Parts: sequence; structure tokens; C-alpha cells
Amino acid sequence: MHKEYMSLKKIEGPLIVIEGVEGVSYNEMVEIKVQGETKHGKVVQLNNDLAIVQVFENTSGMSVNNISVKFTGKSLEIKLSREILGRMFNGIGQPIDGGGPIFSGIKLDVNGSPINPVARRYPRNYIQTGISAIDTLTTLIRGQKLPIFSGNGLPHNQIAAQIVKQAKVAEGEGDFAVVFAAMGIKHDDAHYFIKTFQEAGVLDKVVMFMNLADDPVVERIVTPRCALTAAEYLAFYENMHILVIMTDITSYCEALREISAAREEVPGRKGYPGYLYSDLASLYERAGMVEGSKGSITQIPILTMPNDDITHPIPDLTGYITEGQIVLSREIYQRNIYPPINILPSLSRLMKDGIGEGYTREDHPDVANQLFSSYSRVQEVKALSQVIGEDELSEIDKKYLEFGEAFEYRFLRQEFNENRDINRSLEIAWDILSILPKNELDRINPKFLDAFYRG
Amino acid sequence: MEGSAGRVVYVNGPVVKAKNMKNFKMREMVTVGEKKLIGEVISIDEDLGTVQVYEETTGIKIDDEVVSTKKPLSVTLGPGIVGNIFDGIQRPLNIIFDKSGNFIKEGIGLATIDKTRKWYVEFKVKVGDVLKEGDIFGTVDETPLVKHHLMVPPYIQGKVVEVKQDGEYEMETVLVKLDSGAELKMYQEWPVRIPRPVKERLPIQKPLITGQRVIDTFFPIAKGGTAAIPGGFGTGKTMTQHQLAKWSDADIIVYIGCGERGNEMTEVLEDFPKLIDPTSNLPLMNRTILIANTSNMPVAAREASIYTGITIAEYFRDMGYNVAVMADSTSRWAEALREISGRLEEMPAEEGYPAYLPSRLAEFYERAGYVKTLNGKEASVTIIGAVSPAGGDFSEPVTQNTKRFVSAFLGLDRKLAYSRHYPAINWLSSYSGYITQLEEWYKQNVADDMIFLRGEMMKVLQEESKLLETVKLVGEDVLPDQQRLILEIARLLKVGYLQQNAYHKEDTFVPLDKQYMMLKVVDNFYRLAREAVKVGVPISVIKSSELFYRIIKMKYEIPNDYKNSFDLLMSDINEYFSNLIREYEGD
Repeated sequence: MHKEYMSLKKIEGPLIVIEGVEGVSYNEMVEIKVQGETKHGKVVQLNNDLAIVQVFENTSGMSVNNISVKFTGKSLEIKLSREILGRMFNGIGQPIDGGGPIFSGIKLDVNGSPINPVARRYPRNYIQTGISAIDTLTTLIRGQKLPIFSGNGLPHNQIAAQIVKQAKVAEGEGDFAVVFAAMGIKHDDAHYFIKTFQEAGVLDKVVMFMNLADDPVVERIVTPRCALTAAEYLAFYENMHILVIMTDITSYCEALREISAAREEVPGRKGYPGYLYSDLASLYERAGMVEGSKGSITQIPILTMPNDDITHPIPDLTGYITEGQIVLSREIYQRNIYPPINILPSLSRLMKDGIGEGYTREDHPDVANQLFSSYSRVQEVKALSQVIGEDELSEIDKKYLEFGEAFEYRFLRQEFNENRDINRSLEIAWDILSILPKNELDRINPKFLDAFYRG
Repeated sequence: MEGSAGRVVYVNGPVVKAKNMKNFKMREMVTVGEKKLIGEVISIDEDLGTVQVYEETTGIKIDDEVVSTKKPLSVTLGPGIVGNIFDGIQRPLNIIFDKSGNFIKEGIGLATIDKTRKWYVEFKVKVGDVLKEGDIFGTVDETPLVKHHLMVPPYIQGKVVEVKQDGEYEMETVLVKLDSGAELKMYQEWPVRIPRPVKERLPIQKPLITGQRVIDTFFPIAKGGTAAIPGGFGTGKTMTQHQLAKWSDADIIVYIGCGERGNEMTEVLEDFPKLIDPTSNLPLMNRTILIANTSNMPVAAREASIYTGITIAEYFRDMGYNVAVMADSTSRWAEALREISGRLEEMPAEEGYPAYLPSRLAEFYERAGYVKTLNGKEASVTIIGAVSPAGGDFSEPVTQNTKRFVSAFLGLDRKLAYSRHYPAINWLSSYSGYITQLEEWYKQNVADDMIFLRGEMMKVLQEESKLLETVKLVGEDVLPDQQRLILEIARLLKVGYLQQNAYHKEDTFVPLDKQYMMLKVVDNFYRLAREAVKVGVPISVIKSSELFYRIIKMKYEIPNDYKNSFDLLMSDINEYFSNLIREYEGD
């Protein structure tokens, strides 16, 4: 069955073509021995007796006749047990922290299977992150996938780190752990995260899968799948609450494009393969909660928008799959505001069912709505004042400018170490909303206006 | 059997090619490999056949068998469909759940509605009756809301020679025998890619009442019509579709979640059984059918899910029901076409989509219609398709081609969504081609001047957008009061009328007569305010009146069974302005 093949027909970039194969199945794993070194690959196309194999490590040093190829008959599986907590793996799930292999436990296919919608539990419990803009306006719900849309040089790593530090995912309800998937990020970014996990005292609760910027590109395709398989194991077998941080999705998509080009596939938008949507969905849709398990998977993927363009295919397709997005703005950051969240394009689709009476506070939905509406008016007033000058603005418009200023500097801005609970955030929201006259607050139930409006 | 099997020679994602396929038919359903994955023949080239596989193809080997099922991709139509949730090829998800647990594994094989379940059949025919295609021979109470009519399948007729007595039967029991030899059971099968026949197509006559003000008043959708809802991510497509599925006055809703989020389907599954239909006081799930192919489920089944949904819709239409199909999102379906086309190495047209995209879209939307069914009833299929344009840009091929085949276009706007104006339907870029056809209906069933008022209010919104251009440059204060009044009335309309709160008990669904009264109030206020401004009342006085606030809040404060609340508001408005005008004229 496991016949070895000693020669190749063709080597091209990350792909090798083997001739004369028998009994090979689609998507199965391949072991390739080159001068004593073992590399791994995956069958990506079968055509009569030709098999096209995508090699995870790089193909340099290979020649058509210095190698031996063995088909394993299985797709890529990783070994999992509770021992993975606190460990570090490379992009294809091999330990790289010198702690030796994972013994015992079970083996799972990294490709996973789609969750049956009938088996899902609808996410309703909110996670308090301690960041006002997120808790109040784009509430994170346990089991949600909520990406951060960022740009190069913006503090997305800090925000993710602050969420990990402050998120009260765990309290009283089962174990909490973080699964961290690094895809093509820089060494210093990776160190930053390790340092933060250390400082937050959660390092022994973190599983890391590292494919850094100089690691093989093809391996990057498997990295998030290994990480999510580990997350599924911890959530659904060990009943833990898992926060998955995947960074940077943009590098992942570029790896996908590189391989697609090598395979000479028909390209879609901007050269990305036509199946980019389905491929991203096969990652993001692995968030959630299922019947019969207490655990949950919450995803915070981070992506850097090329050229800060939200209509670029990567953020665009991501936004269509994820349950909202947190969008960072360079302009706000330059005004020395951290976290520089632009709340207008930001959104949490699941917050509607996880806030308000019985979850956060009864006035929360109205307050959020009003903040969005008023802050959007602020943008119009700002545009107008740039044309006619601030002095010429009407009284009410001046109030809006004042509100906008207060929103950004009192509500939005907070320290990296500042942990505000939801009541505190809502109180600040009422403080600044009260700058506006009462009758401008048309999104708020009069009942709450009477109770909370200052003055 | 062995001899007729094809042999796999090529695998690439969902596309499998096999040789020895000479005896296979185009569009025939087949099983592939040891796991018996389900697929469909999509091209035949001499001995070589191409199969698109509806399940994950991991593990398929060269030389695996491709076995014919001797029939095209079909759905099983009978009791047990309503209230159920299916995957793209009509396999019930709870049966898949029983077989493979929380995660969907491949190789489950074909499954369909539960054929072992017994249903109580009431017969409508006796021995000697002559039946023709489409005739109803019995009924089953499928859910408290839906009476399932058992029909003679198309192309079958004859005289009844044997009929069972009223009672409980399993699906496979022969209920009626005809002299033509045909045996009628509780279910029939129908290939999904072929529209079910009707007697004739009738012109559009009635609106699909959705209870959503911006749709019913400004951009109505007709029963038997087609509508598209395009919008970038986060603009509320799914939200709008859910609202329509909840509140529109169709008898049956078919909701196709095509390449969308798993949690959204779960939300429907959790919410709908709790939501109560306003007319029957029964849970809405009793009239809802869900088709789910979430974005991580196999892409080929996504292509099929649209056809599965529309075929089920046509079947219920044939019983005489008004059916509404929500397809969310047709872009994912188009992308599935593109993905398969790419793997087939077909020549791509615009943006990589296959050249046959427009004809596929046309075929789909043309299956909507207001018809006379084979058994002579008036019934309809309405299609409402969400479109997810890449980058929110409406000039991309799917939106553009969809526009050609739909009559109502409800464009969602990112800017409105950012300011949380929901539903974020842009009143300037949207249109409905049904207004002239429905005018008569509105006149007879709502009010003579409903369509006229709609026109007046559209004018206000149109003028506002022009004025806003000026305001952007010079500010609002410099405009004359007549024009500032338009801005204020537009604000009334936007906040008090167009915005509708899906989570508010009263506001989530608003009956047409209340919509009309609200419109009438705004119009009355506008006319009187215009007169007041003419005699010199400053706009700031009108704007700060308490009435302004009351009109904005009337959607919440005045209940749907408003009784005399509107008369009261109306007379308050009249009194306020007559006092005001007298005061200023007196000067």
C-alpha cells in the first residue's frame, strides 16, 4: 500500500508532480525524504497516474531523482491532549519548544468538518473586554468571530493583547485558554504576544502555533487549521472557553494566492483564487458553540488591510463571513487616541441578542444606537465646518462638535491598562450624550432619558 | 451494475472526471467512490464525464467507481417539508445530525423527508372520478398553519379505480390507483433544474405585504414578483431578509441560506418557533422551510441549494399557496458557479464569472410568477434575492445582471448603516417597477391617495438630497425657511417613518392602514407648516414644537390598533397651526 516513489516528473515552486502513482487519494499527506531530511506535503490534484503534491517546507535542494516519496493514506492529523496547554508548535503542528512530542491523547484531522447548523448553540453571553468602545458599541459575544481590521503600524496587537488580559471569559464558568496562530508575522510581533501572555500570567493557558514571516509559505496554509483543531479539541472535548487569535490573515491570503498562481488556476479579484471566500469561511466558521459541550470558540482574527482599503478582497470577503468587525483608523490614531477604533464601520452582529436587560443593562441598546447616530452626525458637521469655518456653525452643530470631541477623548480613549466595566462605560456614554439637548436624542426610549439624562 | 460504472481519472476539489461514462446522462445523479459521495454529471465528452460532487472529496482515489442512480438530481415533495431544515440537496440536517453528530461528515448518502412517519390523509376523490395532472386527491394537516394538498403529479392522469379510506398512512403506501396504471403516493419527486408546469401565467395584481414601511409604501414588492436586496457587508441584508421572512403575508416561506453564516441559520431555528404569526397566533416556524448551505459547507451543494429551494416553493404554489423565497445570498451562488467553472477551466467572462452567469440568473428569477396552477387556483412564487457585491460596489457583474431580471431593487447603503439607519434602504437608488401595476390595489384596499402621498413624500426626499449638496457648502442657516422646512420634513420622514426598529414590539411589523395614517400625518403637518412659513412663522418655532417630537415618536407611541390616536394627533396639528397662523397673521 505505502509504496515509495523514487523520482519526480516536475518541480515547480512549492509543487511537485509524481508520475505513475497508484491508489493515491485526494488531499492525503505525503512524506518526502530528501537527503536524510523529511518534508511534508499534501496531494492537491490527481490526474490519471499523475499526482500533484504541494510541499509545506520549501522545495530547494530537491531534484527529480534524489528523493523518496511515500503516501501516508491519511490527511494531516495532529495529536492532541490537555498537555498542549503552554506549548509552542510550528505551522504544521510539530513541537518547537524543546518539550518533546505530545504523547497519548487523540489524533484529529486538521481540516475539520463543518458544524451542522442544527447542532449549534446560538451565542448570547457577552464577554466584557474592559474596552469601552468594544463593550458598548461592538460587544464581543462568546462563540463569535469578530476580526480586527487594521493597517500596518496600527496598534492591533496591543488591542488583542488588552482583550486577552482583561477579557473575563472564564469567571466561574469552566476553564479558559488562548490559542494563538501566527501566520507570517514578524519575530518582534511574536515576542510581543509572548511577553504579554507572560505578564498577564496566562502563558500556561496558551497554545501557540508559529509560522513567522521567514517560515515556509505553504506551511502557512495549514497553520490556522492546526490552531483551530487544537481549539476545537479544547472546547468540545475538554469543555474549555477558547479565545483564538489569528494574525495576520492577510499573510495567509497571500500564501494562498502564491500557491494558486503556482497551480496556474484561473484568478479572481486581484489575483486571489476564486475560492478565497470558501477557504476563509472554512476557517472562520469553526468558531461557535455546539450542543452537548460546555466549551466555546471565540475568534479574533487580525488582518491588515492593504493600503487601508476596506474594499480590498481580504477585508471584504472576511466581513461577509465574520459576525461583524472592529475597524481601526489611522486618522484617529494620529490624533493620539488609543484604541483608535472607528466605530462607524465597526459592528458586532451578535450583540443584539447579548446586550440589554438581563445581559448588560437595559439602556445599553438605545445608548449604543444613539452614539452611532450622533457620532455619524458629528462627521457631517466636521465636514461642514471645514468649508464654512467653525464660527459660522449653528448652535446645535457646535454642540455636536463638542460631543464629538468628548466622545473621542473621554469615551473612546483609554489606557492600555485601564479596565472599565460595562457600567462605567455606559456612565461615560451618558455623560457625553448629555452634552446634546434632550430632543436630539431620538434613538433613546423616553423612559431611559428620564432616568439617565444629566441635567 | 459493475460494467456500467465509471472510473475516476482526475480529482480537483469538487470536480471529478471519470472514464467509461458513455452511458451516463447529462445532469444525472451519481455516487462516487467507496464513501458513495453524491454528485451530478455536468459534462460528457465521449467516454469522459465530469461530475460535480456535493460533498468533501478528500479521500477519493484514481480508479474509484462512479455509479449511476438513473435519475436526475431531484427533490422529494410530500408532507414533512414545512418546519424542517435541509442542506443544499434536501437532506434534513437533523437526520445528518443523528448520523454524524455535531459535525457534518461526508458519505452520509442520500436522505430526504422521513418516509416512515405516518400522516392522516383525508381523501377528496372516489372511484370513478377522472383526475388530471395537478388535481388534489387528498389532504394532510402538515402543520397547524399548512394544509398539505396531495396532488396528481404533472403529466399523469386517469380514472380512479382504487382509493384508500381516510386514515393514517406511511409515505410509501399507494393511496390511489388510476386506470392508466399510475399509482399515487403521498409524495412525488421532481428534478430541481426543471420548473414545474402551470396552466398559465397571470399579470401581477397584489402586493406582498411585508409590514416594513420603506418597502410597502415606497418600494412595494408584488406577489409573484422579483426583488433584489444588494448591499455590502454590515448593511443589513440578512436582517432585512429575516424581517421579510417573519412578517410578509405569504402562506409559505422558503428561506435559502446560501453560503452564509452558520450562526444565522441557528438564529432562525431558535427564533422562528418563538415568533408568533400575527394573523393566526401560531409560531411562524409552522410555515417556514429552511435550506442551509453555510459558507463552509461544500461549494457544489451551494449551487444546487437555490434550485432545491425554488422547486419546493413551486410545489407549494401548485397547491394554491402564495410562497415567498428568500435567497441569501445569490452572490455566493454565483461564486459557486465561478469556482466550479474555474476548476473546469472554462473561459471566464467578467471578473472570472462564467459567461452563462446572466442566463442562469434569468432562469432562476423567471421561476417567480403569479400563476394559474394546473388545478386552476391562483397562486404565486415571489423571489427576494440578497446580493453581496464585492467591496459594496454595485457595478460588479452579479448586481448588474440581477438588476436586469428583477423589478424591485432595494439598494442598501453603507452610509445609512453606519449611522444605524435601519433598514438601510437607500430611497434614492432603490426602485420598484410594480407601482403602476399595484396602484389600483392600493386605491381599493388602502386609500385613494396612498400612491399620491407616496409620490409627494418621494419628492420631499429628492429635494432634500439636492438641498443637502448646498448645505454641505454653505451651512443650513443661510437657506430660506421654505427650503429649511423641506429639510425638517425629510428628517421627520427619515427618523419617524423610514427608520423602523426590528426589535420593537409594535414597530417591527406595521399594517398598511397604519402606514397610511402615519404618512397622512406627515403630509398634513407639511402642508400646514408650509402655510405657516408663508405667513412668516420662523422655522425654529415649528421645529421646537412638541408636535414635531410626537410625530417622530408616533411609530412607537401609537399602537398598531391605533383606534382614535391618529385623529387626536391630527386635530392637535390642525389646532396648533391654526393658532400659530392666526397669531402671526395678526401681527
